[in-house]
Amino acid sequence: MPKEYRTIQEVAGPLLMVKGVTDVAYDELGEIELASGETRRCRVLEITGENVLVQLFESAAGINPQTSKVRFLGHSMELGVSEDMLGRVFDGLGRPIDGEPEILPEKRMDINGLAMNPAARVYPEEFIQTGVSAIDGLNTLVRGQKLPIFSASGLPHSQLAAQIARQAKVRGTDDQFCVVFAAMGITFEESEFFVESFRESGALARTVMFVNLANDPAVERISTPRMALTAAEYLAFDCGMHVLVIMTDITNYADALREISAARKEVPGRRGYPGYMYTDLATMYERAGRQQGKNGSITLIPILSMPEDDKTHPIPDLTGYITEGQIILSRDLYRRGLQPPVDVLPSLSRLKNKGIGEGKTRADHMDTMNQLFSAYARGKEAKELMVILGEAALTEMDLIYARFADAFEERYVSQGYTNDRSIEETLDLGWELLRMIPRSELKRIDEKYLDMYY
Amino acid sequence: MSKGTIKKISGPLVIASGMRDANMSDMVRVSDKRLIGEIIEIHGDEASIQVYEETAGLMPGEPVESLGYPMSVELGPGLITSIYDGIQRPLDDILRVTGSNNLQRGVEVPSLKRDLVWEFVPVAKAGDELVGGDVLGTVQETVVVQQKIMVPPGMKGTLKEIRGGQFHVDDVVAVLETADGEKELTLLQRWPVRVGRPYAKKLSPNMPLVTGQRVLDMFFPIAKGGVAAIPGPFGSGKTVTQHQLAKWADADIVVYIGCGERGNEMTDVLNEFPELKDPRTGESLMQRTVLIANTSDMPVAAREASIYTGITIAEYFRDMGYSVALMADSTSRWAEALREMSGRLEEMPGEEGYPAYLGSRLAQFYERAGRVMTIGSEPREGFLSAIGAVSPPGGDISEPVSQATLRIVKVFWGLDANLAYQRHFPAINWLTSYSLYSPDMAPWFAEHVAEDWTETRQRMMTLLQDEAELDEIVKMVGMDALSPADRLKMEAARSIREDFLHQNSFHDIDTYTSLAKQYDMAKLVMYFYDEASKAVAQGAPLNALISMDVRERIGRFKYVPEGAVPGEYDAILEELHKEIAACMGKEA
Repeated sequence: MPKEYRTIQEVAGPLLMVKGVTDVAYDELGEIELASGETRRCRVLEITGENVLVQLFESAAGINPQTSKVRFLGHSMELGVSEDMLGRVFDGLGRPIDGEPEILPEKRMDINGLAMNPAARVYPEEFIQTGVSAIDGLNTLVRGQKLPIFSASGLPHSQLAAQIARQAKVRGTDDQFCVVFAAMGITFEESEFFVESFRESGALARTVMFVNLANDPAVERISTPRMALTAAEYLAFDCGMHVLVIMTDITNYADALREISAARKEVPGRRGYPGYMYTDLATMYERAGRQQGKNGSITLIPILSMPEDDKTHPIPDLTGYITEGQIILSRDLYRRGLQPPVDVLPSLSRLKNKGIGEGKTRADHMDTMNQLFSAYARGKEAKELMVILGEAALTEMDLIYARFADAFEERYVSQGYTNDRSIEETLDLGWELLRMIPRSELKRIDEKYLDMYY
Repeated sequence: MSKGTIKKISGPLVIASGMRDANMSDMVRVSDKRLIGEIIEIHGDEASIQVYEETAGLMPGEPVESLGYPMSVELGPGLITSIYDGIQRPLDDILRVTGSNNLQRGVEVPSLKRDLVWEFVPVAKAGDELVGGDVLGTVQETVVVQQKIMVPPGMKGTLKEIRGGQFHVDDVVAVLETADGEKELTLLQRWPVRVGRPYAKKLSPNMPLVTGQRVLDMFFPIAKGGVAAIPGPFGSGKTVTQHQLAKWADADIVVYIGCGERGNEMTDVLNEFPELKDPRTGESLMQRTVLIANTSDMPVAAREASIYTGITIAEYFRDMGYSVALMADSTSRWAEALREMSGRLEEMPGEEGYPAYLGSRLAQFYERAGRVMTIGSEPREGFLSAIGAVSPPGGDISEPVSQATLRIVKVFWGLDANLAYQRHFPAINWLTSYSLYSPDMAPWFAEHVAEDWTETRQRMMTLLQDEAELDEIVKMVGMDALSPADRLKMEAARSIREDFLHQNSFHDIDTYTSLAKQYDMAKLVMYFYDEASKAVAQGAPLNALISMDVRERIGRFKYVPEGAVPGEYDAILEELHKEIAACMGKEA
């Protein structure tokens, strides 16, 4: 029986100060028992002699320093894992909330995980066909990649993420993805949208959900993504499955992190977020990947909403420095009715070069991709010029590019949320559009592909 | 050795009491888990320790043992082709010892493999008077790297005996009779990472580090022994540029430090380098490379140490008289680690929470680079070039790390997000970047490549500058408002950008361009401009000149294999003359 302490000195936001504690370890999990018998979970954040600073994972409401008791459990925060998690819904602390009984865990895993040895990683290079041209053709996703969606309030990132979850497959294999879904501080409706979407496509039985809604305690959001990633690691590296992890919304997570940092009175970094936010986010994102000697993989799609559509805000900024690219949604394109409104120019997949080409997609993929990018960029420039100076001021070539840019947006990018295009369809569509441009302009494409496809 | 107990734990910071006998900067072993740490502050008998491993599970009262020596690296045969973490533990051995794909804590593995046997060939003879830096003998470490086994700095005496043959790194190969008695010398020596290895004299750099990257070599060259910074927002190609430098720079040794970056990038290097051939030696690039990987999910304190570990290894090879190139990706992550520790120590913060000593620490690091004459009775010339990536938040280089870096480095390769969006790679902005080495390198280029190298470079830069100004006008009043001469200028500038500066690192041929070919490419682009200018002045129609077929051939010149360059160059020139002549007859 662990010792119980009735020595809570301070309660400030999500933090508690407990005095006279012995035999407690850094990062240990604790439980607070209220007078009513209700228990809440917390963890050790700092130990100075016999004073222990504790961070709550749940709301502090109702805690009374006189009557509440604290005990420490001798281990850090853990999640009991088993394959039976598939098809189940848990809260942000890993407790079932779908009315079904607790699962019988195969083993218990520390939710913080351990850093992956870089020498044990396998480079991700298996092409995932998402059926979305803007991704497959231009910002190709590969198995084991971490590719966030940079969105903003009011943009349809959920539709795009659900479409990817529904359509994603690795061609030439029967391997299916199972999905781990972590909701952090999103609304009931948004969460329900995903549930419905998984149900419709029959994926619900292959999905594990960890749900922390907007009205759940903010501090729970610290553990929610780690719960999800721990479940994903078990399914991928112990059970050999290919796991697609969708986390939404990272912005809510970062705000919870800031709340705790502020309560600790730490020196803030940019916009009040803690200086260690980069490391904190990295220890989550870097859990994606593939490992030597293991069949499974973790592909991670975090969704974050950029405050004020600002890509340089610390949350998207630090995320972009860690993840292997980003898919950016644009409000402009959304207003013009593009579905999905993917802004392909600032979007990027860093791992695409190893995942495309002969034997993976098609030999001409790299060249056409570069050409589409540069032609679209030039077309957009021409269109900007046209806005200022009128159509008459454009050269003939600029006009061609401007028309190309329009056609590219309408036909290539805007494909709808139910349209599942094969990579060949995507590439052929790219060629069809490139034929609008004279052959001599296509400098980024090797002659032999021009001969074959132009 | 002093033993104390843990008093406070806060993330990677542990405070231990009872440490009165410990020295500042000593290595310590923390708790029964034997985690590695370093003393960074002492107050009375309390020592603040930064722990290089995850501290979860530590308890107050657990033992802390000071090892009595500062944080050091092992230097000797076996460094090349290794991949180390931030405190020089070989990651492949950790993988083997623990049998886990994840990093366990408290793993004790030697930095240099003890089971390997090396062939030691003595150079010095018994009876020789030797000082620190003198070569005892050599070990052929890899096909391309011959390690010189040197007397450690600071030692001096008469060589009593020396043995050749097969040895492990920790076997005694020589005995030196010094004033303090006999010293046994092994193939291995230790050196504290935070202290620069000594050299006799520092010299000004005098020749470029050829990288095969056109925008770097032609426009903004870095010198051998020079320092450069690559700041840029995410997605602008910092890492690809660093990888390109690690691949193609004409250095004897490359030390690549992945400091707080992505794990997969290190895997990429590990996969790719053994496959790639060094254009100079024909051997695999891995045969000259040392990797330090402290990825972003690995403990933050070891990230702080990683760049010192890397530069100490680099200095060791410099001392052998080699040209060493060091890449650190990214120094911003190192600075953040510094900031995190500073915050935990409750130091008064400077700008944006960074400690006030950020600038001086950065300067100390970069100043360890340079062109030097080594110590020893027969000094050698060694080079250590350092290239640091900087990751400014939001790409805004007004932040402290970028600014502190720019005060030190002589070369600034400014990456530009807009160029990256247009997929113009390398996305190095030609208007904002600079190299202060250019003037000093001019004689070298004139002698080794072409007399008018610097002049050609200047003309190209001027054209690009003019283009930027003309572009402003075009944006307001349209292309038609420009005179034919100015429109030709715009075309020529576009050709410089697309046909010369744009370089595809993933293309087999384009990924590396020799200096001779770079010069030919530049000449072709400028030749077109000069000839077309003359033609325009004589009334030839601009549109015909712009749409000449030969221009496509100039554009594809970058994909011509090195061997076929001279032939193709002449052929293009001939065609250019013909087509210009044909244009002269045409009506507008």
